[in-house]
Amino acid sequence: MRAALVVLAGLAAAPFLGFGEGYSLTLLARAMILAMAAVSLWLLVGGAGLVSLGHAAMLGVGAYALVVLDDARITDAVVVVPVAMGAAAFFALVTGAVAIRTSGVHFIMITLAFGQMAFFTASSLAAYGGDDGYTLYGRMTVLGHRWLEDRLVFHYLCLGLLALALLGTQMVLGSRFGRVLRAARENALRVEAVGFSPYPYRLVAYAAAGAVAGLAGVLLANATEFVAPSYLAWQRSGDLLFMVILGGLGSLQGAVLGAVGFVLLEEWLGHLTEHWRLIFGPLLVLSVLFLKGGLVGVLRRG
Amino acid sequence: MSLGLLLVQGLNGLQFGVLLFLVAAGLTLVFGVMDFINLAHGVQYMLGAYLGASLAAWTGSFWLGLVLALPAALVCGLVLEWLVFRHLYERDHLSQVLATFGVILFLNEAVRAIWGSAPLQMPVPTLLEGGVQLMPGLQYPVYRIAILVAGLAVAGLLWVLVERTRIGALVRAGATHAPMVAALGVDIRGLFMLVFGFGAMLAGFAGVMAAPVLSVDPGMGDTVLILAFVVITIGGIGSVRGAFIAALLVGVIETLGRSLLPDLLRLVMAASPARQAGAALGSMLVYIAMALILAVRPRGLFPVRG
Amino acid sequence: MAEALLEVAGLRKRFGGLAVTDDVSFDVAPGEIHAVIGPNGAGKTTLIHQLSGTLRPDAGSIRFGGREIVGMGLARRARLGLARSFQITSVLPGFSALENAALAVQARSGSSFRFLRAAATERGLNDEAMAALNAVGLGARAGVMAGRLSHGEKRQLELAVALAMRPRLLLLDEPLAGAGPEETERLVGILRGLRGQYAILLVEHDMQAVFALADRISVLVYGRVIATDLPAVIRANAEVRAAYLGEDEAA
Repeated sequence: MRAALVVLAGLAAAPFLGFGEGYSLTLLARAMILAMAAVSLWLLVGGAGLVSLGHAAMLGVGAYALVVLDDARITDAVVVVPVAMGAAAFFALVTGAVAIRTSGVHFIMITLAFGQMAFFTASSLAAYGGDDGYTLYGRMTVLGHRWLEDRLVFHYLCLGLLALALLGTQMVLGSRFGRVLRAARENALRVEAVGFSPYPYRLVAYAAAGAVAGLAGVLLANATEFVAPSYLAWQRSGDLLFMVILGGLGSLQGAVLGAVGFVLLEEWLGHLTEHWRLIFGPLLVLSVLFLKGGLVGVLRRG
Repeated sequence: MSLGLLLVQGLNGLQFGVLLFLVAAGLTLVFGVMDFINLAHGVQYMLGAYLGASLAAWTGSFWLGLVLALPAALVCGLVLEWLVFRHLYERDHLSQVLATFGVILFLNEAVRAIWGSAPLQMPVPTLLEGGVQLMPGLQYPVYRIAILVAGLAVAGLLWVLVERTRIGALVRAGATHAPMVAALGVDIRGLFMLVFGFGAMLAGFAGVMAAPVLSVDPGMGDTVLILAFVVITIGGIGSVRGAFIAALLVGVIETLGRSLLPDLLRLVMAASPARQAGAALGSMLVYIAMALILAVRPRGLFPVRG
Repeated sequence: MAEALLEVAGLRKRFGGLAVTDDVSFDVAPGEIHAVIGPNGAGKTTLIHQLSGTLRPDAGSIRFGGREIVGMGLARRARLGLARSFQITSVLPGFSALENAALAVQARSGSSFRFLRAAATERGLNDEAMAALNAVGLGARAGVMAGRLSHGEKRQLELAVALAMRPRLLLLDEPLAGAGPEETERLVGILRGLRGQYAILLVEHDMQAVFALADRISVLVYGRVIATDLPAVIRANAEVRAAYLGEDEAA
């Protein structure tokens, strides 16, 4: 966990190291929130061996749950967070119930398709802005307090929740539940032969990852005070998957490294040229071809 | 809602289904033979449309545009295969997904850099202008019928190729027993180049044909790609027959769902919520259908591998 | 003889036109080592698949402890006490030998929907897993990743995992496959040590081992059981000799 701890410590110190102004904090918040989503995706890909190409939908369901509540003027975190996480978990449970019956490439395609279904649904929600998206009335309150409007408070909230997600996922992976999950990734037949059906374990993991991603969606919506169907776009799912691989599938901390690396790279390239994807795309291809083990692997070797 | 509207939308659905089939056929064959999942197959369709529209504008002729775009799409496909894809065959599906995702990002952006973000127009050829009368007072564009006919003709050709020729037999065998075919001394890599190039050209052909009726823009390949994935998942990965049936099914459900559901719902609820709910439900319909089919048959309608 | 633990009656399986399991009936008594032998292609592996629950028979019944199990999957049967080892070693390469066995202990001791406590520090699981490793002589290698064990050690681990399930019946699919002479000797010693403690259905190619271990032997030829009897009787059976001699001539 060392590399992840260094990154987290860096994020904690960042506001006092010259990254305290609005623009930098916004960027760092985005990195931390996406890192949280990447951690939840790592539980599926690295932990359970379920390659989901629809994880952005979980994020989006969480964000849209917040939109619905915001529209009804319910903006307190005490209500919004459990409802949004519950909605994302429920969406994951229902779609996962079908998707997890399949495996391998079928699973990839089905999660992609369900993600796309959620995307089109969000686009057709005319009451919540449809394609154009929805601007929040404001950030969530916490027990009536407007704490989240303070940039630093929001920064440390994101950091704290990311650390919590990381720690929680690490614990789950080491638990009895996580052991069954990891074993089923390595050899499902072996796991069945000792008496476990992998299905319920995978489904619970899928729903839990959905809930955490839903929380990330709530934070992202609060960070930008705006929610649009692009939250759920399949390219966003691809981005999340890339973060996980960029960091390295070998260890959970790779998800954090990958997400932070991804956001900074995107930002840097965006400053270089308008057509930054012309560089980003080939970099992605090259990192898949040559960066086996991801950033964590590079750190270990170097 | 009238019978005429139903007829028109039904035809539109079939026509869209045929286009989907042209894209899905390459995808399912490539996956079947090489166990290679290629997200970048959708950009092949987009490239076809862009090349077709540009070459038609340059030569001033739709037909020259079509004829020149096909080899151009083929070359693009083979260059991609040589540069990127062939290094991925031995890798896991996750790597294939990500690397081909990178190719999509690059090509979508390249298209934006070259042609701009605004949609491109491609005129309908004069030969196929105008409409035919389906019913009294109901015209249907000749060009759309031409798409349907051309698509069905290509599908028929593909069926003959796969089911009736030696190469087709190898492709079918390769889809089920690749190591066996390799052991028989067949050049699997060469066979794959062939299948891949052919698939790329089919998708490019679909792109050119679609250009005059759909908008030619940088993201057009992605939408089609995902629907093509739905098609091959429903049809059973590796099965051309499954892809054909599923493509028509998806095309019709998608088109009819989006156009008719708002009207249908208006029968049971007020106009405004009916429009909204109908639009939402219409766009979900294909995926719900897929979920239902897969809940019953997790490997699709015509599973190739046991 | 006491009431049978496993009773197979009229089992049938066809692949296309080929009957790979053709009206197979036999039983295994508690504590008995019952070997199934037969020439290549006799349908031994297909039979194991049907007994363990990875292949559904077309007809027939499999009763285990007096209960019909034909409709149950691999996991259900395992929970009932039917432990299967695999012909091609099937351990978890990224798990230590101890964790491989501990997973099997975990499957029968309490819920595994526990999310917080570290499983690796659960004494109850580790102690029993260690006992299973010791029973096959692998105790000293408990901390080694299963992927790094030698072939013979993997075969031992395969056995230890089955023992850690505390099964009522061990279904051993060629436990000696691919083992060298020394490894074979060690594995046969381990199996001999299990005699009387577990009922074992042993499918094995190594005739010397089979005749040394088995209480009874069933001979499978072209999907049919042509004889079930004591080893000495089987050894003298003309039909059995013909089936094997036929194979030897062909080979």
